Amino acid sequence: MSRLYVARNPRVAARCLDGEMMIMSGRDSTLFTLNKTATILWQAADGATPLDEIVEHRICSEFDVEPADALQDAEQLARELASHEVLQISDQPIPQRIPGGPTRDAGGSR
Amino acid sequence: MSSLLQEMTDKALALGVPLSVQLDLTYRCNERCVHCYLDHEDHGEMTTVEIKHLLDEMAEAGVFILTLSGGEIFLRKDFFELLEYARSLMFCVKLKTNAVMIREKEAARLRDLNIQSIQISIYSHRPEIHDAITLVPGSLKRSLDAVRFLKSQGLRVIIANVLMTENMQDYSSVRALSAELGVECTLDPTVTPMMDGNRSVLKLGVDQNALRQVFRDPALVGDVDEFCAIPAKASESELDALPCSAGHSACYVSPYGDVFPCVQFPLPTGNVRSRRFIDIWRHSERMNEVRSIRVKDLTTCTQCTHVTQCTRCPGLAFMEGNMRGPSSQDCEKSFARTGIPSANMLSRRRPAPNLVQIRALPTLAGATA
Ligand code: SF4
Ligand code: SF4
Repeated sequence: MSRLYVARNPRVAARCLDGEMMIMSGRDSTLFTLNKTATILWQAADGATPLDEIVEHRICSEFDVEPADALQDAEQLARELASHEVLQISDQPIPQRIPGGPTRDAGGSR
Repeated sequence: MSSLLQEMTDKALALGVPLSVQLDLTYRCNERCVHCYLDHEDHGEMTTVEIKHLLDEMAEAGVFILTLSGGEIFLRKDFFELLEYARSLMFCVKLKTNAVMIREKEAARLRDLNIQSIQISIYSHRPEIHDAITLVPGSLKRSLDAVRFLKSQGLRVIIANVLMTENMQDYSSVRALSAELGVECTLDPTVTPMMDGNRSVLKLGVDQNALRQVFRDPALVGDVDEFCAIPAKASESELDALPCSAGHSACYVSPYGDVFPCVQFPLPTGNVRSRRFIDIWRHSERMNEVRSIRVKDLTTCTQCTHVTQCTRCPGLAFMEGNMRGPSSQDCEKSFARTGIPSANMLSRRRPAPNLVQIRALPTLAGATA
């Protein structure tokens, strides 16, 4: 079975607010928010780490979920985000053009 | 505002996050608009390195919407370097410009950098009016060419039309032109005092009659009766509301690094050259004073019929001398909308209390004469 690679689409605008990502699509300025699990996936989507590794190391380690179920959910989410051009997906590693990323969280105490 | 953006703004407010910042990259400009509130001399703009550092700090503080404005942003030689850096930090970038320096090449580059929108000032569809306001012959043609280049790249372009006496008759044609070009159009009937408080430019603004005309144009306001209706009495929750976003979820940074609650609220709260952006945002006494004000704390406005519907700008009120006071320009707008004078207008009209007239008493000698 081929592995799935995921990368943040550099065309979007994004910021993390209190552990949840808000993302504006570069295509039509639609705004999305990601829940905490989806945010972890987004933040780990570096184009180089395959999705199964992200699920194993970042999601299963943090949430009490079956690895197979978690991978299936993550794949579904990745494909949905890709359909909105928020994520890029490929069966090959995806080179990142724009450096830096929205991994910082704003929302600490004032 | 979309409901999700409203939700995010509420969340940012609760967390004390500055969701939206306008950063002016320069006050220098290649136009000399007659109503402009800026001093165009360069008094020591932030360097490329300083601005990049500020962008890092703002990303860390949670700023999502970054409006880059000026002066004319394209006069900065490092403009694209800064924009590229801002986009690498994944800001949602909006630009404000006169666009006279944007040709096909620049438009394509802006598309590649995925800016969210670009707002361009157009005062009239007629060169003799637009160019007489910018004081630059040929500027309308160049700006409109730029609109076409940007539009052909698929970018979201917004034409901003500031209304003054000089161009008042042209707003419908500017809107028609915007529709023909396939771009949005906003209309602003407010001329802002100069940053140093000089109010001489206000005389260029439209008068009551013109405001009344604008507020009764269904093409602009939709349902005129609803728009011009007399507001209901303010509820408790409306009195508890925030006056506006300035200092709450938004702020402004000048090209010299000074942080203000808003571009139209010239109350300096700190400078990013000597203090971290987030520290100014969270701990500046002045920022916290602005933040502490609720509608119910406004001195004259709480007595006013218009308080719930008024566009009152705390920044304009501050420039009149009291950030908790009324803003006369917004009083004029409320009056033009409804025909009811504001509490501020009424208090000014009230005759001064009778002074005890002191007259020299006839001298005793005179009295007996
Ligand atoms: S009302 Fe005035 S101070 Fe408040 S955000 Fe608008 S322009 Fe700024
Ligand atoms: S109309 Fe004037 S006095 Fe009334 S609420 Fe608005 S700014 Fe205040």
